[in-house]
Amino acid sequence: MVERPIQIAFCGNPNVGKSTLFNALTGLHQHTGNWPGKTVESSLGIMKAGGETYHLIDLPGTYSLDARSPEETVTRDYICGGAADLIVVVCDGTCLARNLILALQVLQITRRVVVCVNLMDEARKKGISIDLQRLSRLLGVPVLGTEARKRSSVKKLEKCIVDNIFQPASAPVPIDSPVAESQRIAGLVETRTRSFLQERDRKIDRVLTHKIWAYPTMFLLLAVVLWLTIEGANYPSQWLGAFFQTCQTLLRKGLQALHAPWWLSGFLVEGCAATLFRVVSVMLPPMAIFFPLFTLLEDFGYLPRVAFNLDRPFARCGACGKQALTMCMGLGCNASAIVGCRIIDSKRERILAMLTNNFMPCNGRFPLLITLIPLVFVGLPAGNGAMGALILTGFILLGVLMTFLWSKLLSCTLLSGTSAAFVLELPPYRKPEFLHTIVRSILDRTLRILGRAAAVAAPVGGILWILANVFVGGRSLLAWGSVVLEPIGTIFGMDGVILLAFLLALPANEIVLPIALMLYTQGGGLPPEFSPEATRALLLENGWTWVTALCVMTFCLFHFPCSTALLTIKKESGSTKWMVLAAMIPTITGLICCLLIRLGALLF
Amino acid sequence: MYLDQIEPGETGIVENLAWVGDVARRLRDIGLVEGMEITCVGRSPLGDPSAYFILGSVFALRRADCRRIAVRRCR
Repeated sequence: MVERPIQIAFCGNPNVGKSTLFNALTGLHQHTGNWPGKTVESSLGIMKAGGETYHLIDLPGTYSLDARSPEETVTRDYICGGAADLIVVVCDGTCLARNLILALQVLQITRRVVVCVNLMDEARKKGISIDLQRLSRLLGVPVLGTEARKRSSVKKLEKCIVDNIFQPASAPVPIDSPVAESQRIAGLVETRTRSFLQERDRKIDRVLTHKIWAYPTMFLLLAVVLWLTIEGANYPSQWLGAFFQTCQTLLRKGLQALHAPWWLSGFLVEGCAATLFRVVSVMLPPMAIFFPLFTLLEDFGYLPRVAFNLDRPFARCGACGKQALTMCMGLGCNASAIVGCRIIDSKRERILAMLTNNFMPCNGRFPLLITLIPLVFVGLPAGNGAMGALILTGFILLGVLMTFLWSKLLSCTLLSGTSAAFVLELPPYRKPEFLHTIVRSILDRTLRILGRAAAVAAPVGGILWILANVFVGGRSLLAWGSVVLEPIGTIFGMDGVILLAFLLALPANEIVLPIALMLYTQGGGLPPEFSPEATRALLLENGWTWVTALCVMTFCLFHFPCSTALLTIKKESGSTKWMVLAAMIPTITGLICCLLIRLGALLF
Repeated sequence: MYLDQIEPGETGIVENLAWVGDVARRLRDIGLVEGMEITCVGRSPLGDPSAYFILGSVFALRRADCRRIAVRRCR
């Protein structure tokens, strides 16, 4: 018996359903997606079968063992390290020839391998049949065919793993050219009955990457996603707000019953709890809508086409088209998007993508933008969600433009260098599994991000409360702060209050507007939920004009990333320099834009 | 001739890659090796990059990169 747990590693090309099989075997829900490079870190799961416990390791998807991107190195090092008792190489039955390259490379290192030809159903639909027995004979290892979404397939794989775990394996044989060999083997075991260019996918491609229609389609889809996010989030946000209001009252009463001193209950309830509740009620609903929508587009296979359509302008700016994917993700959460930048192979292009990601407003910034739109675009029906979404889309396009501008500027200066070769897989279109997608993206993405935000919101709320309730010379510290910042704010078309709110909201963009309202109402804690109308009335009372609103919106779009995003940049780029730069670039851009807006307005 | 001269719908056979090191390996991994058939299946709306069908999958490659992949036209 072995003393350490039995280790079984899963490897395969990107996008072959490896993670789906892995999840089914371990019950661990780990996110899978329809674009290459999804599994960025290898994840571990436990499988129990026949009284034995197995440790399953899901290695990042890779085309070969001698690749260069970070996730591919992980796979290579693990397999070469020899820690695995068995390696399951998952292949895509619809393009066996390519997938066999990796299988053959693994077989050069070890023969403790099971080859799993996945997506047999898709292959059948495409008119491909595969002689699995012959493949097994040619490779000299067990081969089985599976359909990732079928329960029986998973059982079959489980049995195959258990059967083969301690089988003696022969010594690996060197193979001259795995690429040529894989083609030869695939030719021997495959029979194709239909056209092999995947006509259906090409037809969809012709529409989605059409010369004229590609861009309007992209714009429209973006607007629809934003509209659904904003409009759909409205009511749940209000319900959550009302619910938390009750919670807050109960908390306050509870502390009163315990005879807690006023400052303790103030700190805990008006400070920590109020801010935490506010962040959750503003953040949760849009994210719970945006991420499933994003994931559906991702699973369908649309997002790589966006990268395909937009690569040319990115190439012009010395950046990588895959940056389009991370930008889309930035609309959900900039910090997650920065982790997502790992899909970009070249370090130079990856840093470019990280530094400019904040030009995409995350949905924590949507509410402020939406609330202020009617102050700038006077005369538009204020409650019209579709119009709001359209204008917001316009603002996002401004962010895209700024991304290009800065990418170009950076690749001419700090990040100069030649473009790396660009290889982007356009995966086959797949019908997304709606229910699965929604549950998974809420569990994996939304809740994780929410947890991270909640962890910073509560302490910030406490600090905020102290600042608002410690008085020096007749003014609270918070009021002093806004007085000090007033001249700077005025230069840039804003005021001291809103500038202070931006600074204090560093940990969470969601609370910019609440902090500003709290300062305007001179309250000791975050004010209860204001309706957009009441918010606008209060702002106008405090001397806001359309210029102020436009400057604030611009600064909201272009300012330093939240603290989580900054720390993520530091971690991902491995240097404080890039983190500082990532904060400075958007802030400087925002300040310059605000200055120009204010000067421009003076001319009228 | 080079891969960028292969029009959508046309198929070429790879003759050799003018790449060395990592990039060459990367391209080899996706199946770009001597003798491999490669079909252009479309271009991006702005004309670059283009989509190529190689070994059962579709990959987008930039024109600048394709200029370094020598091919001969099929049929």
